Amino acid sequence: MTEATIPVTSIGTTGVSRFAGIMRSLRRSPAGFIGFVIVGLMVLITAIVPFFLPEVAPNVKEILLPAGSPGHLLGTDNEGKDVLIQMIGGGRTVIFVGFVAAAISTALAIVLGSLAAYLGGWVDSVVVTLSDVFLTVPQIVLLAVLGAFFRLDSPILLALLVGGLSWPVLTRAVRAQVFSLKEREFVEAARLLDLGTIRVVFVEILPNMASFILMNFMIGVTNAIYQLVGLYLLGLAPLTGSNWGIMLNRAWIAGAIFNDASLAWILSPVVAIILLLLGLVMMTRSLEEILNPRLRDR
Amino acid sequence: MSALEKSPETPESTESTARTPLMTLGGVSQVFSTKAGPIRAVDDVDLSVNPGEVLCLVGESGSGKTTAARMAAGLARPTSGEVAYDGQDIWSMNRQDFGAFRRSVQYVHQDPYASLNPTRTIQQTLIAPLLKHGVVKTKKAAAERAAELLTKVDLTPPENYLPKFPHQLSGGQRQRVAVARALTLDPKLIIADESTSMLDVSIRISVLAMLGRLRDDLGVGFLFITHDLAIAKYFGWNGKTAVMYLGRIVEFGPTPKIINAPTHPYTRALIDAIPEPDPDLTKTKGRESLRSLEIPSLANLPSGCSFHPRCPLFEDGLCDATVPALTTIRSGQSAACHVVARDGVPEAGPDDLGA
Amino acid sequence: MSRVTTTPSGKTSTASPRATRGGQGKPLLSIRDFKVEYRTGAGATVQAVRGVDLDLFPGESLALVGESGCGKTTFGLGLLRLLPRLGHASGKVTFNRSDGTEIDVLGLDGKDLRQFRWRDAAMVFQGAMNAFNPVLKIRAHMHDTMRAHTKAGKQEIEDRASELLRLVRLEPSRVLDCYPHELSGGMRQRVLIAMSLLLEPEVLILDEPTTALDILTQRSVVDVLHEVRERLGFSMIFISHDLSLAAELADRVATMYAGRIIETGGVRDMFYRPRHPYTLGLIKAVPPIVGDLPDMESIPGGPPSLAALPKGCTFSPRCKFATEECKEEDPALIPITDEPGDAHEAACIHWKQVHLEREVPSDLGNAS
Repeated sequence: MTEATIPVTSIGTTGVSRFAGIMRSLRRSPAGFIGFVIVGLMVLITAIVPFFLPEVAPNVKEILLPAGSPGHLLGTDNEGKDVLIQMIGGGRTVIFVGFVAAAISTALAIVLGSLAAYLGGWVDSVVVTLSDVFLTVPQIVLLAVLGAFFRLDSPILLALLVGGLSWPVLTRAVRAQVFSLKEREFVEAARLLDLGTIRVVFVEILPNMASFILMNFMIGVTNAIYQLVGLYLLGLAPLTGSNWGIMLNRAWIAGAIFNDASLAWILSPVVAIILLLLGLVMMTRSLEEILNPRLRDR
Repeated sequence: MSALEKSPETPESTESTARTPLMTLGGVSQVFSTKAGPIRAVDDVDLSVNPGEVLCLVGESGSGKTTAARMAAGLARPTSGEVAYDGQDIWSMNRQDFGAFRRSVQYVHQDPYASLNPTRTIQQTLIAPLLKHGVVKTKKAAAERAAELLTKVDLTPPENYLPKFPHQLSGGQRQRVAVARALTLDPKLIIADESTSMLDVSIRISVLAMLGRLRDDLGVGFLFITHDLAIAKYFGWNGKTAVMYLGRIVEFGPTPKIINAPTHPYTRALIDAIPEPDPDLTKTKGRESLRSLEIPSLANLPSGCSFHPRCPLFEDGLCDATVPALTTIRSGQSAACHVVARDGVPEAGPDDLGA
Repeated sequence: MSRVTTTPSGKTSTASPRATRGGQGKPLLSIRDFKVEYRTGAGATVQAVRGVDLDLFPGESLALVGESGCGKTTFGLGLLRLLPRLGHASGKVTFNRSDGTEIDVLGLDGKDLRQFRWRDAAMVFQGAMNAFNPVLKIRAHMHDTMRAHTKAGKQEIEDRASELLRLVRLEPSRVLDCYPHELSGGMRQRVLIAMSLLLEPEVLILDEPTTALDILTQRSVVDVLHEVRERLGFSMIFISHDLSLAAELADRVATMYAGRIIETGGVRDMFYRPRHPYTLGLIKAVPPIVGDLPDMESIPGGPPSLAALPKGCTFSPRCKFATEECKEEDPALIPITDEPGDAHEAACIHWKQVHLEREVPSDLGNAS
């Protein structure tokens, strides 16, 4: 006589809420936690604090004050403007463009890469050829040329430009991953249940690549920020307003590296950028765990 | 054409020709072109499963049984021959009919650790097909139906299993969920590809018993692929078994006869080779040794009967000349062997319990 | 999730009255209170093997049977000190060489350990047939193995390798020059068996020697093991989940559950007169090939997680003979006295109620 009920012998916890699980995963990797804190703080500070700060105004009497001068923690630039205030106010655009550009290129890569791999045939050929074309064009040159024709002063435009040009590499990577995932048995089962291409790709396949996608998104942010700062440094984007890239450009052109007093001026944006990128990279250490339910429960 | 169900003198076949088979593979072949030459994974195979019936497909690795199963499921297209569902060739169906076929023929994979999406809960996995195909109208109804299905596969109480992720369940539990998923669209045929091979011995029987109950209660037909003859015997006792070797069917008939009174030398060798969970029996079991221990490669099949290099009944000039066709040897049982077709079954061995 | 480790009371290795085997003298391998612990991180440990007592006599073949998660593979690896870094073995494992010397296996180090491995005891791992070095021919594998443990010359190795390959029914001139991928799974397994016997070990440990092999290939490997054992006379411990294999190859069988041996006895005793409900369950879950459809039964539930063992007898939650008493303590191996066979022990307080009756239903209408 066969038994009718089977006692539940489950492995792992079930009652832990998702949030608690995420918090625990974050704390588990110290590097990841620190990265999360860094990025979080920087985003918060550069987004909110500028509203409470006075307008930064040129002051001929306080040109090139070194760091630690009274009233100017990081000194002033060659127009007398306080460096610290510029630093805090200058992060918004860079972070915005970085994330939005990465979001655009990641979204493009996901859609194009996964559909190319799943549907195959002419869809695949078109996507691959297109990505090859984009890959062979040197991005900085293209950006420079476009910069000459269009006024790249809107952050959104900048984000579109940077993001729109960096999708090919991630697309190829996504395509390769989807190729291997689509042969997995649970994907086959979903196809056998006739669940439809959209559902199979976006619900069955992609969530199993979540950490891969997020990692690449983070890398995309770092790349986008590099490209953006590069654009500013080379003077290819309009230097109106004030952000880290513009600060760098002005400091460089003014020869700030040759003057002791202006070191803080040129180094501040550099340090800020490096800190942000470091935080992002460190954060990725914890993300793998957060996104994988199997690791999360332990 | 094979003599599977065409010979009028067998009682089983008159019954089966009265109903349309649910699934038929007619002269189906699957040839892969590789650098080493063409590989005939499946060569001119005829099979059919009637509604509510069990057909076990038995063979070792390289026999082509999984390839045949995938062709039956519509997952692979045969290089030649016809795969028919309810009398209609599935590859010439329109989108709608093919969709209906897809939903009526479900597949339970071998690896319970790979057949469930690790990022979805059991409930999400079961609800998806229910809602997509309108089996139920609301999410709530879908959740209820999912719980019902879990009860059918003996995962009770269902509330304990629905919110879980696959990695929180054991292999046997996952396999049951896979079966529940296969049942969501009320299939007429379930293709089970080595579905119990990766489970622990003590759980296998209960999973098979559950499948057997589904077969009896829901009238679902089964195409049961396995390399384990003992499992085929247990699950398919009231059905039929086909034995495959290197892409061809070498013996076919009702399961009890195939197991207890095999006619083809390969089947006999298989039955003899299996160790028994009985020390005295297994040591005294008569075993005829094979001529060769080497398994031919599919890329380089022996001429004529592909079993001839190893067959104890080998006859030079006959067995290596032409491929034997499946011919009726005893009532209801057919085998593809020149020698047996001509002379009948050799002297009964110690484990031949007679027809 | 509390971790429960119960130690059977009154169970100390040397004190337990072990039924004597028919005058075989000293055991080849004497294992007492063997435990293996894994560190699972942050100070937590899990006991994969929770105290095994075993004796292996010269020329004897012992089958260690159990399902996934019972600790049998860990046991095999632990015997040869092959556990991963996070594993730690304890207890006493004594190896009595034929020349009279006694070796404490767990205390060996460096050179002595290397000598012990492969010369005194060799192991064929699970899935090893897939672990060959793909860029080395079989000849190179053989030479490497022998040169690592002896100072034998090239010709000597060649002769020895050929001799053993012929013993396992392989043609040396064909096989020695092949790369591993050119041989089939069954052939590779036989090559491994030959390789493990290169230094004439007295004990051979095989972990799942026939899993993943086809039926006919399995048969050839089993036959080869029979022949080789008869010729060379070594003792064998083979670990498997396949009960039928035990019936084929073993003189004695031990069933393992949740890290402990719960029954041990001669092969006929174990198969015809099992005394532990788990062994009984295993036997009833494996259908014999010949004969009519037997009465099959499965064991409800699943094996417990080693990190969260049930109180008392670890099998009691799944056992149909279980009573309240069973939850009190994990029983020690109790000698079964009313039987003709010797050294039959079962860790069950209700062993008297356990009987194997296999009925064949007269009505073959349902297959449930």
